[in-house]
Amino acid sequence: MAQTPYEVLGVKPDAGPDDIRKSYRKLAKELHPDLNPGKPEAEERFKTVTAAYDLLSDADKRARYDRGEIDESGAERPRYSYRPHAEGAQGWKYGPQGEMDAGDLEDLFAMFGGGARRGPRGGQSQGFAMPGGDRHYSLTVDFVEAAAGAKKRLSLGPENWLDVTIPPGIEAGQVLRLKGKGDPGIGGAPPGDALIEIHIVPHPYFRRDGDNILVELPISLAEAVLGGRVTVPTVTGPVTMTIPKGSDSGAQLRLRGKGIHRRGAAEGDQFVTLKVVIGDSGDAELAAFLEGWAQKHPADPRRGMTP
Amino acid sequence: MIVFEELLIRLRGLERRELSRWVENRWVLPERHAETWVFHEVDVARVELILDIRRDFAIDDEAMGLVLGLLDQVYGLRRQMRRLCDAVATQPPDVQDAIRRALPRNAGG
Repeated sequence: MAQTPYEVLGVKPDAGPDDIRKSYRKLAKELHPDLNPGKPEAEERFKTVTAAYDLLSDADKRARYDRGEIDESGAERPRYSYRPHAEGAQGWKYGPQGEMDAGDLEDLFAMFGGGARRGPRGGQSQGFAMPGGDRHYSLTVDFVEAAAGAKKRLSLGPENWLDVTIPPGIEAGQVLRLKGKGDPGIGGAPPGDALIEIHIVPHPYFRRDGDNILVELPISLAEAVLGGRVTVPTVTGPVTMTIPKGSDSGAQLRLRGKGIHRRGAAEGDQFVTLKVVIGDSGDAELAAFLEGWAQKHPADPRRGMTP
Repeated sequence: MIVFEELLIRLRGLERRELSRWVENRWVLPERHAETWVFHEVDVARVELILDIRRDFAIDDEAMGLVLGLLDQVYGLRRQMRRLCDAVATQPPDVQDAIRRALPRNAGG
């Protein structure tokens, strides 16, 4: 999420013009490109800070920003119009008080003097049959639920729900069809289907590549040098894995069959990329040891990288 | 699809307790997921609609429920009307003509 211009300048949203100017001048001095030659990140920040100041120093623009009419860059914020949604595939959601749509439609036919009910003139009416329409729903699942499969309950109201089986390895945007769970049919015709579009919440450390799962696993320097057994999360629960002695950062290990098991497809694997993390192990004792050690073991891992 | 907190950031001027109340009132029906609410496009559009109605027409909470209820009925009818029109459109030309000829007479009555 982009920073607000207030956050960029480090001022409160109710800051006065003087505070804003003061804060801008301080940051501008610090980040000015002439004072930071060869530092593109300072130049980037300088641009951001200047843009934020341009917006907030103009009382009119600032007011429009505060009302949400323009975004950080001063561009008109795109707006969602409600009507196309209300009349679109998702519109059923805000239907009048959860009434069955079929009733309304039958009223309409009655109005035209036909339909399953008697017409207003009480004359003979021909039976009218019309299959129910499909209903469109959205369902959000976790990355792990999508990978390993799950049973979900889609709530349609206080006493109304659909039980949905998420097959393992489902992909974002895929649509599940529940037969007969849409609008009821009229005059004995079959009901429509429920079409459920799946949304997937990204995972903090799992990624997906086809039916394989990718994960980056932080390990300590000691584990990299000495090897050892570590616990690794997989989409079906934690497993134990052996790290070979002398593993490099970036080395990739395969956990066979620990990926996605899609029905009718070969089992996916999990690929674990090791990432050596110095963190707390970079203490004075280790540094002192390495100084002595490095002198006795001169090595250049970048040999051969000369252009 | 965005979550509750993101929507608050996107729609500045909308307060947390307001949005919570709208969800409680069932004026907006986001999807409950992992301790937060997930808003799909239709829900975001509806929140913007409520914001507009409140600001432009000074509608308070009590009247808002009524306004939304009426709007939903209109859109519900428009969806039904569209289904009916679609059904008519799939009929053979002579049936369509017959419906067209029959409409003005009955609609007036």
